Amino acid sequence: MIPPRVAEVETSARENLRTRLLEQAPGLVAVVHDQAEVALVVGRLQPPLAQHEELVAHVDEGHSRDAAAQLDVEQAPVELECVVEVAHLEHDVVDPHETRHGLSIGFAAMEPAIELDGLERRYGERLALAGVTVSVPRGATLAVLGANGAGKTTLLRVLAGLLRPHAGTARVLGAELPRERWKVPGKVGYLGHEPLLYRELSGRENLAYHAALHDVGSERIEALLAAVDMERRADEPVRDLSRGMVQRLAVARTVLHDPELLLLDEPRANLDPAAAERLEPLIGRESGRTRVLVSHDVEGALAESDLALGLKGGRPAAADRELYR
Amino acid sequence: MIAAARAILRKDLRIEWRTKESVPAMTLFTVTVYVMFHFGLDRDTLDGELAAGVLWVTVLLAAVIGVSRLFAAEREQGGIEGLLLAPVDRTALFVAKAAALFIFLCAVELVAVPAFALFLLGPGLDGALPELLAILALGNLGVAAVGALVSALAAETRARELIVPLLLLPLLVPLLIACAQATEPLFRPVAGPEDLARWLGLLTLYDVVFVLVSVAVFDYLLED
Amino acid sequence: MYSKGFAPLAWATAVTLTTAFALVFFYAPLDADQGFVQKIFYVHVPMAIVALGGWIAGGVMAIKHLRGGDRSWDMRSYVAIHLSIILGVGVLVTGAIWAKASWGHWWVWDEPVLVSFLVVFLLYCVYYPLRFSIEDPDRQARYSSVFAIAAGAFVPLNFIAVRLAESYTHPRVLSQTGGNLPGEMRLTFLVALLGMTLLFVTLWKLELTAKNASMQLKKLRKRARVAA
Repeated sequence: MIPPRVAEVETSARENLRTRLLEQAPGLVAVVHDQAEVALVVGRLQPPLAQHEELVAHVDEGHSRDAAAQLDVEQAPVELECVVEVAHLEHDVVDPHETRHGLSIGFAAMEPAIELDGLERRYGERLALAGVTVSVPRGATLAVLGANGAGKTTLLRVLAGLLRPHAGTARVLGAELPRERWKVPGKVGYLGHEPLLYRELSGRENLAYHAALHDVGSERIEALLAAVDMERRADEPVRDLSRGMVQRLAVARTVLHDPELLLLDEPRANLDPAAAERLEPLIGRESGRTRVLVSHDVEGALAESDLALGLKGGRPAAADRELYR
Repeated sequence: MIAAARAILRKDLRIEWRTKESVPAMTLFTVTVYVMFHFGLDRDTLDGELAAGVLWVTVLLAAVIGVSRLFAAEREQGGIEGLLLAPVDRTALFVAKAAALFIFLCAVELVAVPAFALFLLGPGLDGALPELLAILALGNLGVAAVGALVSALAAETRARELIVPLLLLPLLVPLLIACAQATEPLFRPVAGPEDLARWLGLLTLYDVVFVLVSVAVFDYLLED
Repeated sequence: MYSKGFAPLAWATAVTLTTAFALVFFYAPLDADQGFVQKIFYVHVPMAIVALGGWIAGGVMAIKHLRGGDRSWDMRSYVAIHLSIILGVGVLVTGAIWAKASWGHWWVWDEPVLVSFLVVFLLYCVYYPLRFSIEDPDRQARYSSVFAIAAGAFVPLNFIAVRLAESYTHPRVLSQTGGNLPGEMRLTFLVALLGMTLLFVTLWKLELTAKNASMQLKKLRKRARVAA
């Protein structure tokens, strides 16, 4: 496996550089941030470029960012430095933890985990989602931003297989929706607004129930209870627990069956920073899973994701503060 | 599918054991209705047709309470979603809910039938017990299947508590006919001609039809 | 979409109904026991048969809807059931008139078909509150179809059960609903049945066309509003 050489990019979170680079430089494979910024962008591999093309991007603050799209090295007012070898990435799995120059590379250029094209979902006559097009590679994180009612939760539920798309195409983990919707559950961990826990049962009993539904062994229950720091109070009914504890149990339920894809709707709600940090290995970037993250914290979400999708009235929009006007 | 149904059933029974929401209410309801019938009919004892009718109408009315509650916890706490997110055949939910309702009804009848014998039944139950158990078993099965379907159907409507009895009771009429007619000879002071086979046959037909129909359409109630 | 062949259908309905009317009044013999009132039988029974047929047809259309996902089948199912419910009211009213004239009571339990019909009617009346208390249009259509299928399966079961019960306790009084009708009565009855069926189909198509048109109008209005 040939480790790709990657470019170093500095950027500020304010501009959605990554998305724009994606749009304008489709052959671009990897633009990697310094680990402190934690952002990895992966572009769609287009057939003509998938031969031994080399694409480079090095963007320095202060230079025109748009120009990074130019493949023509001479004309671009930016300095191009490194090279990524595209062809081999088509077939090889890139180890998420392999690093070079202290940078992290996060995924494999296989079939994307999520591929949406013109996705549409109606609610009666109203369009809850329209024209949503995005491609999320495996191991990457997609941030979905938007005001309340913009369609973020609807999108998450479509990806989970709970709602069927009315138009457009959607592929989640290789399964085509809505035809192969039945393949999706079991591979997806969904953390929505509701914890999906029964209040009369204890944490352990709830997890045991979900474990039975997903055919997961009981050792995993114990391991997760320890991971979310709920061992001591695992036998108390959920209705006696605080919201933060319930959220922790919900996270345990979400990753109980070791899903490839995480769909997280405000995962840090009700959690204090210490607890949120404890959960990072389970649902954060460290987990190595593909994630779709819905959050109202624009900066925070953008900081920990590789791709961003803004929604306004169900339609894609630029992922910035304009969404909230 | 069976394993999942078993897990759901165990969960439901556990919750019912802890909250004691449905079964005690249903049981209390039947005993209260017996007392009301005593006053309403102004009779100390009943036999024959009247006894069979009172017993079955009361049980079916109590079933309405159980049916209303069947999907309540799921709706309130997102249980259905939890199931939809699991790689599980959705029929498992129907089987589990119908089984739960069946068990609840048996539990209720454990108290309600002796109570009926105590309060209102003229002739004794002895000798009629095996036949009565057969009728109860088949009857409960029918109520369980139809009840689970109706409960799911009404679960998403705004006027749930109103829709359940309106839907459930007409659908149960054939079952009521079969059960009451089958039970009537057992409650006669002097043993009369029986036609158990015919009514058990009708009951079985009813059960088979509604189990098949419910299983066939249940998926469509859950998907979106 | 629905108005194909509507004109000939409407004509056929008009002609058949007129013929039936004429036959009832001028051709069918007067019943020895019940007199003139017996003629209501030519309205009551065909109406009942068509209503039950409409309900079962509604169930079949609901199956098509669920299997294919095509909402127009649900619309067809809804209209069929809806029309049958209206016919059902007619059945019960004419049944009561007939009962009063024949036995002196507005309602009798002796006739298993009528009794069974009452139960089925009560069940189908719940179709409206069920349907209209679900807000999401997709879900509304789906749940209505599930109901239509369960209720459709219920109709024959109920009929069997009631017939078994009533024949067990009350020997059947009326045999006129059977096949043993004298020739003139049978002809009149069949023509009336045909007329009622055609009427049902005509009204069904009519209502579907109207609903379809108003839906298209709504869509166009919406588009105009969005464009503006």
